[in-house]
Amino acid sequence: MSQNILAIAEQIEGVFRKVTFEALSEGRRIADHLGCELNALVLGDNIESISKELEQFGADRIIVAENSALFEYLPDAYGNVISDVINKETPDVVILGASTQGKDIAARLSARLNAPLAMDCVAIRFEDNNLMATRYMYGGKILADVMLNGKPQILAIRPNAMTIASAAGTGSIEKFEVNTGATLMKFIEKHLDTGKVELTEADTVVSGGRGMGGPDFAVIEELAQVLEGAVGASRSAVDEGWRSSSDQVGQTGKVVSPNLYIACGISGAIQHLAGMSSSNVIVAINKDPEAPIFSKADYGIEGDLFEIVPLITEEIKKLKG
Amino acid sequence: MEIVVLLKQVPATESLIGIADDGVSIKSDDIKWVINPYDEFAVEEALRIKEAHGGSVSILSVGSEKTVEAIRTALAMGADKGILINMPDGDVYDGLTTARILSAGLKETPFDIIIAGQRAVDDDNFQVGPATAEFLDIPHISMVIKQEITNGNIKCHRTVDGGTVVLEAPMPVLFTTQRGINEPRYASLPGIMKAKKKPIDMKTITDIGLDPETVGKPLTKIVSLKMPPERKGGIMIEGDSAQAKAAEIVKILHDEAKVL
Repeated sequence: MSQNILAIAEQIEGVFRKVTFEALSEGRRIADHLGCELNALVLGDNIESISKELEQFGADRIIVAENSALFEYLPDAYGNVISDVINKETPDVVILGASTQGKDIAARLSARLNAPLAMDCVAIRFEDNNLMATRYMYGGKILADVMLNGKPQILAIRPNAMTIASAAGTGSIEKFEVNTGATLMKFIEKHLDTGKVELTEADTVVSGGRGMGGPDFAVIEELAQVLEGAVGASRSAVDEGWRSSSDQVGQTGKVVSPNLYIACGISGAIQHLAGMSSSNVIVAINKDPEAPIFSKADYGIEGDLFEIVPLITEEIKKLKG
Repeated sequence: MEIVVLLKQVPATESLIGIADDGVSIKSDDIKWVINPYDEFAVEEALRIKEAHGGSVSILSVGSEKTVEAIRTALAMGADKGILINMPDGDVYDGLTTARILSAGLKETPFDIIIAGQRAVDDDNFQVGPATAEFLDIPHISMVIKQEITNGNIKCHRTVDGGTVVLEAPMPVLFTTQRGINEPRYASLPGIMKAKKKPIDMKTITDIGLDPETVGKPLTKIVSLKMPPERKGGIMIEGDSAQAKAAEIVKILHDEAKVL
């Protein structure tokens, strides 16, 4: 089989994740560099109709693995089908989004295929024909260049780190004959907050810290809402029980790199800074002029967040007319 | 119920991390070493399962002799015994190699449940748990915030982007912990005293049947480390009132930063 790149798409209830388009776009750039095909793999049930969308991001062949057993993500069934596809296609590079699902399956596949894996990478380049992946370590405190030896090289890319580019791919649809193989796991149920913007994929994140003084995050939520962004929290706010741990930004929480990060009442502990320093623009609002967060923020506002944040929300509403 | 916790010793999250002269590792002096925070949740969850269902808790680590301190802490929390697969200091191994060593280390240890942190906060690989499960050919569930065990099955609430999913798997099984699963206990003074007498089994790579040559050749290699671009403090927004400051920041974000 000739050289090729395989991008694994991720869809939830028939809607592709944004990071899937990022993975395809980056896959297209790698394929163009190598002068080879970019193929996409879509798994799920009743997904053929949405699969065609991937040709806009440069997919040449779109491999559709449709089966009712793939309706929900299960590591064993997905692992079996994806490795069957990889064994058939023998791609040089497998690229996918480092979402919770992407990280989970990438880790399992690396062991199944004895393949090198660069988890949560933020940049990919070629150096003397070797693929080099850049990724953060120590929760964002260090950047590492990692070289991968072996095949396929698995790249799980961090959401929001790479740009989406339109590119015309051949877009031919191919059905893959699915055999979920031996499986032991069962899906029971799920609870998704529909309509909530996922923290790691949000263009804007508004976070609250100890300065919130309690679980009432209404001012933060309102600002996040007008910005169509997500709400985050510092470790102190989570430790106090004011927010769920899934909202935590920092070395022991989520690492985010939105276009705009607004830190409200967050002093800026190292472990928090590690989780948001790669944001494009950082705004900090804090009562304490000495707060360390001001030394990392592009724009700082000294003052009472409960007074300033609602006024910012009003100003943005005016702006958006 | 035989429970094994995969435990790693890592720099405390409040540590400042610097790059060593070799350019591919970190400066290790002045670092406070602790149990990986997610592994601490794993130890706590293992103890709770033992308290509810009986059995024993073993701690399994790969690392230098220094790792004994972290294992001892877990024993002081209440774990029963430790196994350290001793790698001489300075040996470089990636997530996949670590998983291979851990799974080989489990060949002679019976287990029903293996618990690991969802990731180690130094390498941030999110890889060792699921990869170890694959090598052992058992199911895994990652990022778990709640588990229920009934009749040889485990039901886990797993966090996913935007919510939670409940999955079920038969034992033996591996699951990884997510923040929110529990509040780890502190080691009590009697616990610390008792831990001194608990066994820690030291093994080498050869003892567990692996070839040091192969283990020494990981598939991923760090070729350089660098500090992320330093963010410098920017502009403090001035204004006579909160209203003036709010109007100013929105104007700047829109006109200059162009993020609105």
